[in-house]
Amino acid sequence: MSTVKKEAMRDRFSEVILDLAKNDDRVYAVDGDLANSTKIDIVAMEKPEKFLQMGIAEQNMLSVCSGLASTGLQPWAVTFAAFLSKRALDQIQVQIAQPKLNVKMVGAYSGLLTGLTGKTHQALEDIAIFRTLANMVVIAPADSVEVEKVMRAVNQYDGPVYIRLARDAYPYLFEEDYEFEIGKAVTLREGKDVSIISTGTQTSRSVEAAERLAEKGISVEVVHMPTIKPLDEAAIVATAKKTNLVVSAEEHSILGGLGSAVAEVLGERYPTQLLRIGVEDRNAESAPNEELLNKYGLSVEHMVTKISAYYEKYKK
Amino acid sequence: MDTLTQTAAEIRKEILKTIHYAGAGHIGGPMSAVDILTYLYFKEMNINPEDGWNEHRDRFILSKGHSAIALYVTLAVRGYMPLEELKTFDALDSRLQGHPDMTLLPGLDMSTGSLGQGLSAGLGMALGAKLQNESFRTYCMVGDGESQEGQIWEAADVASKYGVDNLVCIVDNNRLQQFGWSNDQVTRNAPLEDPSERWKAFGWHVISIDGHDFEEIERAFKEARDTKGKPTAIIANTIKGKGVSFMEGAYLWHSRIPTDEELKDALAELNKEVVL
Repeated sequence: MSTVKKEAMRDRFSEVILDLAKNDDRVYAVDGDLANSTKIDIVAMEKPEKFLQMGIAEQNMLSVCSGLASTGLQPWAVTFAAFLSKRALDQIQVQIAQPKLNVKMVGAYSGLLTGLTGKTHQALEDIAIFRTLANMVVIAPADSVEVEKVMRAVNQYDGPVYIRLARDAYPYLFEEDYEFEIGKAVTLREGKDVSIISTGTQTSRSVEAAERLAEKGISVEVVHMPTIKPLDEAAIVATAKKTNLVVSAEEHSILGGLGSAVAEVLGERYPTQLLRIGVEDRNAESAPNEELLNKYGLSVEHMVTKISAYYEKYKK
Repeated sequence: MDTLTQTAAEIRKEILKTIHYAGAGHIGGPMSAVDILTYLYFKEMNINPEDGWNEHRDRFILSKGHSAIALYVTLAVRGYMPLEELKTFDALDSRLQGHPDMTLLPGLDMSTGSLGQGLSAGLGMALGAKLQNESFRTYCMVGDGESQEGQIWEAADVASKYGVDNLVCIVDNNRLQQFGWSNDQVTRNAPLEDPSERWKAFGWHVISIDGHDFEEIERAFKEARDTKGKPTAIIANTIKGKGVSFMEGAYLWHSRIPTDEELKDALAELNKEVVL
C-alpha cells in the first residue's frame, strides 16, 4: 500500500473552495469554527472577504446560509458531517431543502474514520438522513480528483446539495480528465460473477477487494455510485442483470444508506440477491483507522472474506 | 395614524373571519402582531405588491410562523392578493399554508414554522445585503415564547458580532405562550417579564414600546434606522388577542376557533374601533 499514491480529500477540497471563492462572486465559505480541520481556513487567510465565521452554533449557521442564498449568494457551509446532518437537520429541512435554496453543504469527517474522535464525531447516518429530504442531492466522492470534479459540478447546479467528504488520504482512482456528472454511476472494473456497488471512501477498498477476488478466480464488477440521490437506477439494474449477485459497500450504516437505496431499486425493478457491507446497526468508537476498519467489517480483508463466502453460497 | 388604526382594525376583522371560515388557525398571536405588521407593510418597508420578488425589496420574516394568518391578511389588504383568496387558508393546493411557505407567495420572504429559525435567516439576509452593497433592510418578528429556543440567541450573538445595523428584530412581547408556566393554575405566567436586558446583554440596541401605539411604533423604527453599527431589537409590548375584549390576555384564544356568536360580537367590537 505504501507505494500507492494518495491525496487527502480535504487538501484538494481546500484548493478548490479557494478557487471558487476567488472566481465566483456568489460563493462564500461559511464556517462553524472548524476551519483549520475542514481546511476552509485557506479562504480566511487568502480571501478573507469571502469567509464568514458563524462560531460554534450549527443551527444558526445553516439558517444564515438560507438567508444568504435567498439574496442570491451561494454559501458553502462546511462543518463535520455528524453536526451538519443531525444538529442542524431541522434548519436544513425547513429553510434549505423545502424551499430548494441554493446552499452547498459539505460534511467533512464523514463515516467511521474521523481521526480518533469516536462515536460523537463519526457520521454513519448522514446519507440516510439527507437522502430522505425532498429536493436534496447527495454525493460521496471517492478520491481527491473526484472531490474537485464534484465541487465544480455542484457549483454550477442550482439547489441544495450535500457532499460527503472524508478526513484522510485515499488512493487515486480517477485521472485528472475524469468527467463527473451528477446522478451518473461509473463502472471502474468490469466483471461477470459479482457486482459491487460502492460509494465514497469504500470504493477504493472495493476496487482492491475486487483485485484480490480476481486472484481467487472470482470476477467482480465495481460500480462506483458517487451520487446517492438522484440515484442511477439504470446502472444498478444493468449490473445486476449481468452478474445476478450484488454487493453494496459503504462507510456508513447498513440502514438507510446506499445499501438500502440499492435494495429499493432491485426489489422493485429486478429482484436480485443482495449483500450489504457497511457498519452494522451499532455505535462505533475511537481507534486508529485500520483497527476500526477491521473491527467494523469494512477492511479489504473483510470484504474479500464476505464476498467469497457469498459467491460460493449463491453462485449458479 | 388614524388610517393605520383603521387598517389594523380591518386586518383584525379579516383574521377572525378567515379563522372562523377555515375552522382552524391561531388568533391570540396574530392579533397581538397586527399593529406592527400594519406599520411595516403600510409605512415602513420599501415594497411593491406588484413586484413581490424584487431583489431590492425590504425583507420581512415572520419567525413566529404560526401567526401566518396575520401576515396573509396584511399582504391581502396591502394588495398582494385578492381578499377572496383568504378563504383558501389551510386548504389543499392553497398558497396560504398553515405556516408560511416562501416558494408559494410573493411577499413571503422566508419559510418558517419551526420556531427559533427566522432571526438567523434574517441575519443571512442582512449580511447578504451588506456583502452585495444593497440598501434593503431586513425585519424579523419573533415571539416572546419563541425566544425560549436557543437558536434565537445564537443568531443574536452572531448578529451583534457582525454589527448588522440593517437588521431589526421585533419581539412580539404578548406575555403568553401556548401553555407555559403558572403559579396558581388560574393565570399563566409571561415567558419572561422583560426581555430588554437579555437583548442588551447580547449587544443589541434595544427600544421598548407599546406595540399597539402607532406613534411609539413609528418612533422606534425611525430610531432603528438611525442606529449604526449594531442591530436593533424592538420590544413591542403587546396584548395577546388584542382588539376583542374577551380574547385579550386569555391564553385559551391561542388557537381557539370562534363560534358564530363569538365572531359576531368580536366584529361588532372591531367595527366600533373603525368608526373612531
